[in-house]
Amino acid sequence: MIVILYAHPYPDRSRANRALLRSVEDLPYVSVRSLYDLYPDFAIDVEAEQRALADASAVVLQHPMYWYSVPGLLKLWFDKVLARGWAYGDGGDALADKRCLWVTTTGAPESGFSPEGMHGHSFHAFVPAIEQTVRFCKMRWEEPLVLHGAHRVDDERIAELARSYRARLEALAGATGGAP
Amino acid sequence: MSDSSMLVDAVVYLGAAVLCVPIAKRLRLGSVLGYLIAGCLIGPFGLRFVQDPASTLHFAEIGVVLMLFLIGLELDPKHLWTMRRAVFVGGAAQMAACAAAIFAGLLACGLPWQAALVAGLALALSSTAVCMQTMAERNLLPTALGRTSFAVLLFQDITAIPLVALVPLLADAPAEGGSSGSAVGLLRGVGAVVAVFVIGRFVTNPVLRVIARTGLREVFTAFTLLLVLGVAELMSRAGVSMALGAFLAGVLLAGSEYRHALETDLEPFKGLLMGLFFIAVGMSIDFALLADRPLAVLGLVLGFQLLKAAALRLVAGPIGVGSRQRWLFAAMLAQGGEFAFVVFGVARTASLLPGQWDSLLTLAVALSMALTPILLIVHDRALARAAAATPREPDTIEDQGGGVLIAGFGRVGQIVGRLLLASGKTATILDHDPDQIEMLKRFGFRVFYGDVTRVDLLEAAGAARAKVIVVAVDEIETSLEVIDLAREHFPKARLVARARNVPHYFELRTRGADIVERETFESALQLGRRTLEALGVRAHEARERADAFRRHNKKMLEDLLPHMQDEAQRVALARSARDELERQFERDRAELEREHGHGWHAERERSDAS
Repeated sequence: MIVILYAHPYPDRSRANRALLRSVEDLPYVSVRSLYDLYPDFAIDVEAEQRALADASAVVLQHPMYWYSVPGLLKLWFDKVLARGWAYGDGGDALADKRCLWVTTTGAPESGFSPEGMHGHSFHAFVPAIEQTVRFCKMRWEEPLVLHGAHRVDDERIAELARSYRARLEALAGATGGAP
Repeated sequence: MSDSSMLVDAVVYLGAAVLCVPIAKRLRLGSVLGYLIAGCLIGPFGLRFVQDPASTLHFAEIGVVLMLFLIGLELDPKHLWTMRRAVFVGGAAQMAACAAAIFAGLLACGLPWQAALVAGLALALSSTAVCMQTMAERNLLPTALGRTSFAVLLFQDITAIPLVALVPLLADAPAEGGSSGSAVGLLRGVGAVVAVFVIGRFVTNPVLRVIARTGLREVFTAFTLLLVLGVAELMSRAGVSMALGAFLAGVLLAGSEYRHALETDLEPFKGLLMGLFFIAVGMSIDFALLADRPLAVLGLVLGFQLLKAAALRLVAGPIGVGSRQRWLFAAMLAQGGEFAFVVFGVARTASLLPGQWDSLLTLAVALSMALTPILLIVHDRALARAAAATPREPDTIEDQGGGVLIAGFGRVGQIVGRLLLASGKTATILDHDPDQIEMLKRFGFRVFYGDVTRVDLLEAAGAARAKVIVVAVDEIETSLEVIDLAREHFPKARLVARARNVPHYFELRTRGADIVERETFESALQLGRRTLEALGVRAHEARERADAFRRHNKKMLEDLLPHMQDEAQRVALARSARDELERQFERDRAELEREHGHGWHAERERSDAS
C-alpha cells in the first residue's frame, strides 16, 4: 500500500496539486491522507497517523512549497508523528525500508532557483532538510518529483507531470509488491 | 370536608391531570386545554367525581396568586417603572377598545346600559392564567409580544379593583352598603395596598434572614407560602384583587437576596395550583345550560371573542406589537378572564344582570378559556399556510442561501447563523419567536415563523432544496421530531444537530443526524483548558491535552453508538446517567495510564533528532 500525505491548506483552490492528486487517487493501493482536512485544528491524532503508516510499503509527501519547506501542518506532523522510539532511536524502526517519494510544487519558475535568481540558491540547496528527515527515519529516498512555476505552467505541462507521477507510483507499487 | 374525602379529591385531581395533560401536550393542544378537559371529565357534568367546583375554583385561584407573585419577583420596581407607558397607555387602550366593542354588542342584544357596561368591562379582561401559561409554553415571555401582553394583563388586574367597586354603584337596587360602602371599600383597598407595601418592603426580608439562619428549609418554605397567602387573604378581605396584591409583594421582594430561594420554593406549588385552577374552570363549565340554550351560549362565546379579537387586533399596532404578531396577540388575549367570574358573582348579588345573563356570561367565559388553545392552533395553521403561499421573491440571493436551513434561532442557532453570514452565506431561519425577524431580513436571512415540526412549513422554507439542515432547537423532543421529519421527507440534506446531552446525542445519531455536537462540550473543554493554564500548565500543552481529551471522548461516543441501537438501551442509558459518568471517568483514567505508558508526554520526552 502507498500512503500519500497530502498537505494543502486550501485544496479547492489548488490547480497543480489537485490535478496531480486526481491522477493517482484512483489507484487501488493508494490511500490519501489529506492532513488539512483531517486536522483542521492542527490536533494531530498521532496514533491514528502511525497506524495508517504501519502497513504502507511507500510514503508520498505531496504539498506546495511554503517558504522553502513544507506547509506548517506537515512540519507539525513531522514533529508529532516521527517520534523517538517509533521512527528513530531505540526500537524506532516503524518506517525502516519504506520508500519515500517527495512530490512538490513551487510558485516561481525554475530560473528563480539559481545563485543569481530571486531565491539565491539552486533548488537542490533546499532539498537536504527534507531528504535527511526521511533518511533519519531509515526510509529510502526516491528521486523527487518537482513542478516549478505551478501558477504559470500550462495544463499540458501539469498533465505530463501527472502522468509521470502515476507511472512512479505504479513502479513503486511493483517494486515493493504493493500492487494487487 | 373529612380527611378521606380530601384524599379522594386529591387522587381524582392528580389522576385526571396526569392522564389528560400529557395526552393534550402530545396532540399539541397545550397543557391548558389538557387541564380543562380533565376538569370537564371529573366535574359534575362528567363523571361526577367532584360536585362543588365553585369552592375548588376559589381555592385554586391561589395558583394564579402564586404565579403573579413569582412574576413580580422577576420585576424589580425600577424595571416596572420603565414599563409604565406600556402598562397605562397600552393597557388603557386595550381595555377601552375591547370594552367599547363588547358594550356596543351587548346593548344590541337588548341589555340595559348599566349591565352592558359592567359585562363589557368584565369581558374586556383576559385570563392572566391562560395567557401567561401559554406564553411560557411557547417561550414568548422574553419577546416584545410577551412584554406588551404582560403589561396589558397587569393593567387589567389593576382595573379589576375599581370594576368590582363599580358594580353596586350601577345596580338599581343598591347592594348592602351602597355608594358610601364602596367609598369605604376603596379606602380599605388603599389601606391593604399600603400594608402590603410595608410588609414587603420592611418586614419580610429581616424575617427571612432570621429563618434562613435557623437552617430549617421547610420553615422557610412555610414562611414563603404564609407570606403569599397572607397577602392574598388581606387583599381579598379589602376587596382588592388577590393576584394584584401578590404581584405587588413580589415586586417589593425582587431585590431581596432570597429571591431565588423564594422562586424555587414556590414554583412547584404554583404549577400544581395553576393546574388545579384550570381543572376547576373545566369543572365549572355548565353543560346543562349549554344543552339548554346552545345557540345563546355559542353566540355569546363567539360574539364576544370576535369583537374582542377585532378590537385587540386594532390596538395591537399602536401599542407596540410587531406586525407579524398582531393576530397572535388578538387570539391569545381574546378569552375572558378569571376576574370576570368575580364580577359576575358580585353582579348577581346586586341583581344587576337580568334573567339568566350572569350564568350565561360565566359559562361563556369558561368556554372562551377552553377555546383559546384551539384558537391558537387555528392561528398557527393559518400562519403556516400564509407562509407557504407567499410567493418567493425573485431574489437571486435566496437560492444561493437556500442551501442552509436553520431550525431554531436561539442561543445556538444565532451563532451558527452569524458565522454563516460572516462567511458570506445566507441561511433560511425557522423559529417560533419572530422578535427579530425584520432585523434578520435586513441581513439577507429568510425568516419563517412557526412550529418547526410542521412539514409544510419546512417545505415552504425550502427544505427540499437544502444542502444542510441545522437543528438547533432547545427542546429535545422537538429536535428529534425535526430529525425524523427531515430524514423521511428531505433525505438529501445533511443534518447538523445540537445535542443537549449524551442520551440525546445517541438518539440523534441513531435517527440519522449526520453531524451532532453536544452544546456544552466545547465550552466545558475550553474551561478545563483554561483551568489547566491557571494551574501552571503552559498554554500550548493545555490545548493539546484538551485536543486529546476531545478526540478520545468523541471516539468513545461513536464506538458506543452501535450498542445504542435499540431504544431500551438508550432509555437505560438516560436513566443511569450517573453510572455512565462513572464509566466515563474510568475510561479517562485508563486512557491517561496508557498514554503515560507510551511516554509521549512523560519521561521519554522527545530528544533532539539531529
